[in-house]
Amino acid sequence: MAALSSPLRVCRGILKELRAIHGAAYKQGPMYRYVMDQFRKNQITGERYCRAQQEAHHDAHSYLCLLASTRSQMILHNIYHSKEEHSIESAAGLVGLRLPTQPGGKGWEK
Amino acid sequence: MFRNLFRLQTQLGSCLSLSKICPRSQHVLKYSTATTERKRFYQDVSISQGEGGLFEINLDRRKLKTPGGKLFTVPNEALAIAVATEWDAQRDTLKFYTMHLTTLCNTALDNPTQRDKTQMINASLKFLETDTVCYRVDEPHGLVELQKNEWDPVLHWIENRYNVTIGSSSNILGPEIPEATKDTFRQHLNSYNFWSLTGLEYVITQLKSVVLSMGIIDRHLSVEQAVLLSRLEEEYQIQHWGNVEWAHDYDMYELRARAAAGTLFVHLSSESTTVKCKLMQD
Repeated sequence: MAALSSPLRVCRGILKELRAIHGAAYKQGPMYRYVMDQFRKNQITGERYCRAQQEAHHDAHSYLCLLASTRSQMILHNIYHSKEEHSIESAAGLVGLRLPTQPGGKGWEK
Repeated sequence: MFRNLFRLQTQLGSCLSLSKICPRSQHVLKYSTATTERKRFYQDVSISQGEGGLFEINLDRRKLKTPGGKLFTVPNEALAIAVATEWDAQRDTLKFYTMHLTTLCNTALDNPTQRDKTQMINASLKFLETDTVCYRVDEPHGLVELQKNEWDPVLHWIENRYNVTIGSSSNILGPEIPEATKDTFRQHLNSYNFWSLTGLEYVITQLKSVVLSMGIIDRHLSVEQAVLLSRLEEEYQIQHWGNVEWAHDYDMYELRARAAAGTLFVHLSSESTTVKCKLMQD
């Protein structure tokens, strides 16, 4: 079986992502209610190996992966691929380079 | 029931003249314009259940439509809530490249290439002949070992699970897949409905591997594990030569997001839930 993190961590991860999306009012959205319902419903099971529980756990893990990676991708996109203007120094600094300097200045500059 | 929708401003500004000709014009959400970005034009996103038990997305008071003009309907509630969250997550501008679930729903609803289930299954199985997990290298030695240790268990798992032979090879033509294997998979894929097949084909195309996609769908692997296995050679080179954030990390997050969206789409479209209440008898 897949090695997934515990349901508690997955749940907290999803709530963190929802808070990053919505801000302070994340508890009002329909997704918050749905996620909490699903986690509570699948918590109690009569069987030792409950397939529905495992399936819900895997789905929650996939959703957490979706939210987290879309957010990370957007952050990277805004840093490296945004349309804003950079000065030459800051553009070079994005990839860790510095502009070359020549002590004494270039000969033909005044 | 008559719904009074208004056409959004086009670049040419011919909105006014058109509305005089057809005052009952339909609202069309322009998903893409070549020059400008679409701004977020709605405050609230909510879902509602329409006729036939299908769920619809409402942006303020307007119903969401697909690029083909059809009403955007979703068969189950979980997927509808997830799509609504995607739309709600947009800030000032709409970034459609982050709304993977919406894109998948649009593809399933519009079917722009007019394909049926058999064509999709054939297209998916074509990837089996050039499956990532079956293509091995001969050198460098570290990569050969890595491929053996990481990919062989998945191959064994799928061969046991479906009772097929796939095998791996290191020559340029790839492994020989027997017809019986393809037939087994064809039969298995036929059991999925059209929506699930759309999602499954998407995952296969993104991961470039049928074996890894079936691994996720059968919940043998997690999304992160499958993405790691799909990018095994890249990860090996990154460990050797270093990581470039604006390329490697960006690609990894994009692949993870797409694979996660695809597998969530498949699972939500193919499962059904029933609630059985067991009451304690006193």
